[in-house]
Amino acid sequence: MDVTFQFDWQAAIDSIPYLLEGIPWTLLISFGGLAIGFVIGIVFGLLRISPITFLRWPAIAYIEVFRGTPVLVQVLFIFYGLPQILGGPINALTAGIAAIALNSGAYISEIVRGGVQSIEKGQREAGLSLGLSRTQAFRYIIWPQAFRRMIPALGNQGIVSIKDTSLFSVIGVGELVRQGQIYIATTFTALEVYFMVAMMYLVITLSLSFALRQIERRGLAGQ
Amino acid sequence: MNETTNTASRQTGEREPIVRMDKVNKHFGKLHVMQDIDLEVAPGEVVVIIGASGSGKSTLIRCVNGLEEFQGGRIVVDGNELLPNGKSGKSLQTIRTEVGMVFQQFNLFPHLSVLDNVTLAPMKVRNWPRDKALETARKLLARVGIEDQADKYPGQLSGGQQQRVALARALAMGPRLMLFDEPTSALDPEMIGEVLDAMRELANEGMTMMIVTHEMGFAREVADRVIFVHGGRIVEQGPPEEVFDHPRHERTQSFLSRVLKH
Repeated sequence: MDVTFQFDWQAAIDSIPYLLEGIPWTLLISFGGLAIGFVIGIVFGLLRISPITFLRWPAIAYIEVFRGTPVLVQVLFIFYGLPQILGGPINALTAGIAAIALNSGAYISEIVRGGVQSIEKGQREAGLSLGLSRTQAFRYIIWPQAFRRMIPALGNQGIVSIKDTSLFSVIGVGELVRQGQIYIATTFTALEVYFMVAMMYLVITLSLSFALRQIERRGLAGQ
Repeated sequence: MNETTNTASRQTGEREPIVRMDKVNKHFGKLHVMQDIDLEVAPGEVVVIIGASGSGKSTLIRCVNGLEEFQGGRIVVDGNELLPNGKSGKSLQTIRTEVGMVFQQFNLFPHLSVLDNVTLAPMKVRNWPRDKALETARKLLARVGIEDQADKYPGQLSGGQQQRVALARALAMGPRLMLFDEPTSALDPEMIGEVLDAMRELANEGMTMMIVTHEMGFAREVADRVIFVHGGRIVEQGPPEEVFDHPRHERTQSFLSRVLKH
């Protein structure tokens, strides 16, 4: 061990412009994937609690498969495996967004299910007893309350998915980690560069935490 | 007060009943929770249903607006028919718009202000413009004595206030019939009076009401008819003086002796 090793701040600072180029990709994959995942999560989360068995079953299958397999395997399957079926290549960005969407979608389905099921059944009954249709009772009474309860768990999933995108360096998307690796290949400053990469993830995830805390606070102000 | 409501219901006794239950049966698995229930409620009549917990009294009124399904018989509410096993189709929602309900746990919508709780259904179900819904809501809130709480949220109100909001919310739809499912059972003792007062006023105005309650003093005072339910059956019914003072059935006697002692 080289005990005299010094953390080279200059090397760390020098890497910043290069690493910053990766951030748009990281954000695009994260938030693009999460946006789609949110839609998937609402649809499959509601199918999951449908009283109709043949709607519930495919939702359970989807959730179990994508929650029970690693996101790295999922992206490798999409990027390297699917083209063999489709007969043409899939671009790395699309594969990354698809993997985050499908993976987060499975978790968000369960978040949606939990949120909706946490609302007391008296709420629905009160709505129905006033003459609201089931759809109206869901839209005006159950969903707004369920969504508020889902915010902390959704924030958590957002942070997990942002970090998951770091795995996609393996398919060659120029996201944060990939940019770091390329830079290190020429400068051999692994300690400094990975430290900066970690800091950048932290800035992104902390910003998200902060934003969510504001939303939560505002959402609960009335109650 | 009691006299006037009694005569009112007798005068209207000739008319078509608002609620008619014919041989209604309900099973919860092996439990036979409603057995051949026959019941008619006349317009303007105040019917109080009493009985031990688990006797089926809440289930009975929850069947009237279709919150509970039943397996046999039929229920006609204001000309709309409810069919067994949830096969009522469109008439179910029609009935629910015409029948108001107040629940034991209030079931106010915690994410909406008091005012929005009351205006939601008139705006979404009756398609009233916001102005009209607001005006009606304010009037009703004033009537139950909580107009100054209109902009608060349910969580900021006492139990008694919440239950009065729930009453205003149900009345906003202009119901022909009101169902009360143990409306004071979740309240602290000092708040029971304010809710019963609001209900008493409603009864005096001629509202048709079906009330499940443990408030025997209130039942005696407000009811036109008291129904005692035991084991999913209507065991005894009649004017309150008769049922409370001269119960004929042994079950009624033992129930009342237990309840009235306290």
